[in-house]
Amino acid sequence: MRLYRALLLAYPASFRAEYGEEMCAIFEQRRRNASSALLVFALWVEVVFDVFLNAVRVHADILSQDLRYTARTLRRSPGFTFTATAVAALGIGATTAAFTMVDHVLLRPLPFADQDRLVKLFEDHSFAGIRYFDVSPANYRDWKRMSTSFDAMGVYRGLSVNLVGQGEPERIDGASVSAEIFPILGINPVIGRFFTAEDDRENAPGAVVLSFGLWQREVAGDASVLGRKVVLDNQPYTVIGVMPPVFYFPRRNAQLWTAMRFAPRDFEDRTDTFLYGIARLRHGVSIEEAGAELSTIAAQLQQAYPKELARVGISIRALHDDIPGQARMMLRVLLWASACVLLVACMNLANLLLARALARRKELAVRAAMGAGRERLVRQMLTESLILAAAGGVLGILVASQSLPLLARLVPVNLPIPEVPSVDMRVLWFAASITILVGIGFGVFPALRASNEGMREGSRSGVGGRKERLRRLLVVAEVAGSVVLLVSCGLLTRALWRIQAVNPGFRPENVLTLRTALPMPKYERMTAREQFYLHVLSESRRLPGVTGAAYISFLPMGDGGGVWPVEVEGQPQPLAQRQNASLRFVTPGFFSVMGIPLLAGRDVAESDTNESQYAAIVSRSFVRRYWPDQNPMGLRMDFGNHVRTVVGVVGDIRVRGLERSSEPQVYLPYKQAEGVGPWYSPKDLAVRAATDPAALAPALRRIIHEADPEQPVSDVQTFTQIVDGETTMRRVQLGALGSFAVIAFVLAAVGIHGLLSFAVSNRTQEIGVRIALGARRSDILRMILREGAALAAAGIAIGAALAYGAGQELRALLAGLQPADAATFASAAALCFFMALAGSLLPALRAIRVDPTAAIRME
Amino acid sequence: MKELPVPTSLLPLPPATFHILLSLAEQDRHGYAIIQNVAARTGGELKLSAGTLYRSIQRMLEQGLLVETRDRPSPEEDDERRRYYRITPYGEAVARAEARRLTQLVRLARESGFAAGRA
Repeated sequence: MRLYRALLLAYPASFRAEYGEEMCAIFEQRRRNASSALLVFALWVEVVFDVFLNAVRVHADILSQDLRYTARTLRRSPGFTFTATAVAALGIGATTAAFTMVDHVLLRPLPFADQDRLVKLFEDHSFAGIRYFDVSPANYRDWKRMSTSFDAMGVYRGLSVNLVGQGEPERIDGASVSAEIFPILGINPVIGRFFTAEDDRENAPGAVVLSFGLWQREVAGDASVLGRKVVLDNQPYTVIGVMPPVFYFPRRNAQLWTAMRFAPRDFEDRTDTFLYGIARLRHGVSIEEAGAELSTIAAQLQQAYPKELARVGISIRALHDDIPGQARMMLRVLLWASACVLLVACMNLANLLLARALARRKELAVRAAMGAGRERLVRQMLTESLILAAAGGVLGILVASQSLPLLARLVPVNLPIPEVPSVDMRVLWFAASITILVGIGFGVFPALRASNEGMREGSRSGVGGRKERLRRLLVVAEVAGSVVLLVSCGLLTRALWRIQAVNPGFRPENVLTLRTALPMPKYERMTAREQFYLHVLSESRRLPGVTGAAYISFLPMGDGGGVWPVEVEGQPQPLAQRQNASLRFVTPGFFSVMGIPLLAGRDVAESDTNESQYAAIVSRSFVRRYWPDQNPMGLRMDFGNHVRTVVGVVGDIRVRGLERSSEPQVYLPYKQAEGVGPWYSPKDLAVRAATDPAALAPALRRIIHEADPEQPVSDVQTFTQIVDGETTMRRVQLGALGSFAVIAFVLAAVGIHGLLSFAVSNRTQEIGVRIALGARRSDILRMILREGAALAAAGIAIGAALAYGAGQELRALLAGLQPADAATFASAAALCFFMALAGSLLPALRAIRVDPTAAIRME
Repeated sequence: MKELPVPTSLLPLPPATFHILLSLAEQDRHGYAIIQNVAARTGGELKLSAGTLYRSIQRMLEQGLLVETRDRPSPEEDDERRRYYRITPYGEAVARAEARRLTQLVRLARESGFAAGRA
């Protein structure tokens, strides 16, 4: 019998209460009638099936009843339905969007087989402040030979080549990879094959693997492309394979891969670092164990090559951790902020539901009186809040999926993942869980409350103190949440302003830049390059509106550009101890085009050639570092494989961008590049115009086409765009954060308004009595406003404390701004305070319009 | 009092519902009695389980087909746990409408030669 009662628990409580006893009685009866053990057994089988089948049906009956009822009541109050759905949509949308981004960049496994065993290997140059440094071929070879922690190790380097195809010549990014790389990543080509060790030999015929995108674009996905010849940087390559559509390596923009062909001389210089290492850990070997082994290897190599490797270690980190710290931080902040929005939205929703429940007390009391049990009431209200949350959830997912492309700039370009995350099952699950959480979490509470009231208080009017207090608490929490968001936003805005106010050391306005990377060996000879530069520069200068044009090896604030260890005359230092300076080759006139002040001496000149004295122009910080008390003019240093004499001093610029500290800069005449390698040959053209420089682009393209019809032009942008690009991620993040703050702010205002409106309408009689007893209208007005102000003050106090904590967490993003920035806190507090007053204004006005006679008669 | 929908809007009735209505048309009964009566009426073909019975009863109460009655039999026959149900006039109307629907159906079947009897 007890077992049967237990079975009945499957039914809803209300059903059990109603019919449980009778069902037990029937069961008893039948049990008595069952004469044999077999019949008893059959009875049990029957009742088990019966109970489960019918319990499900009864639940479904109730659900459909509740759904019908909910649909009816929601249709009766469209304002409430709309508000609640919108609030839920905003909260769920914000959280889903932020989660999708964080999941995409930080959580989701990389799209490679065994991705948790993949690591990146670097030289550790911590002595120079760089822990993750490029690797030299010789060191890579030795690591591979000496280590046992990995079952495969390979290297790659970035690659940018000119592709001359059917249309315009193009500049295409990709990578040179050693044969191990693709197998390590575990990705198979869709057609064709990978590189083999054969392809890595010095004189192997050129082989290239295309990206899916390039394959589609260039030959419309024609499979006969295999074996076809393409010309990259004037060298013939054979297409041997095509990678699948979702393969981004090493960066998102990679479109082709060539084999890494090492020559014996590549292994001669251990300080010539230009590779990145990737390895797969052996099964059962942890990253720490591998790191320990690499430390031993590093120590052995330091002993073997004290001159070059004295302080060079080896760093290892998981491939999926290879994310810029700032990007990681920004995404985390976004997620926390969205949680804050969700919380505020939930408070608001709870408040709305609570207000509605209170307003429906009479209805609930009637239903309770008609025999609806408490469980049924709660269940019905939960259905309602879940329906609202679900509608909000669907809308929220729409909002999130629409906002993702806007947030895509937060995905670092150096990750091997797509730019825009896709809304897939994982994200939908997340959104669904959040929705259910919202629906239950913030529906149960008001529902329990209201059902209690409904059962107990009956249809008595008047407002009890307890639930009012709960609603106040919710509003205070909303205000606090919006204060936190406003302060965070304010701090980050001020940080952005600070960064934008950083003087880059040059004048970016009215400068157009583009890249013409000259392919080798076509331009191996200096005279060929010289001819090209001279033609382009002289023709550009002739264009109307152009005030100057110059070439540089790499523009400041671009990606990379090269540094070189410095040894100045009279201050000898072993190679491993030397500090780096940034190295750029420039044509005459570069400083005036860029607006970099020439502080002493002269610019580089056309007469600075191979035959003349090797000249150098150094920046002010360079002088400060090496010759703090001397006139640097005429002093000499070993730099860029030559002894060079200082002929000029220029102002410092932010070579590495607005937010990073930069090495001192050295500029060398473009004709004195002997022995430095073609990588450094000038490729970036900068043209200063009197007016809008963007209009110059077509004319410049034409000039370059005249100089060399096969020469592609890439990266056409104004310098202002480059400088703006420095803060793109911040601005996108701030945009998202800002909209979160606005949402929370508006929700809090709505919350205050709703609470006070409700209070006023409940206190109509009291207000009427007060007025009848001689209270002035201004007293009433003040009373309501004071209430709003008190809520705001409490919220602001709590919010400010929380915001202080949040500010500490944000410190890394604040560009030196103090987290306790008084101006930001004060403005956020003032905003919230005014918001509270604005929210209380309407209810207050309604209060003073109360007609005392009518109000009192209502009783 | 809420307004009841026209009887035909509830058709076709689930078989259990129809049988319960038929069983109660004779006299008020408690749950177990309904089960037994339906079984007897159908020659043991339809044995309502307790779950099906009370789920149907709950729905029929909500639809206004039945009411619970306070009239109880003499104490020696009574079990205080039992509840007795009575068909409402609305329930009778619905049962009649269902019967009409079934008759109609049978007539159509006869016309097509699927059932014995007068075409």
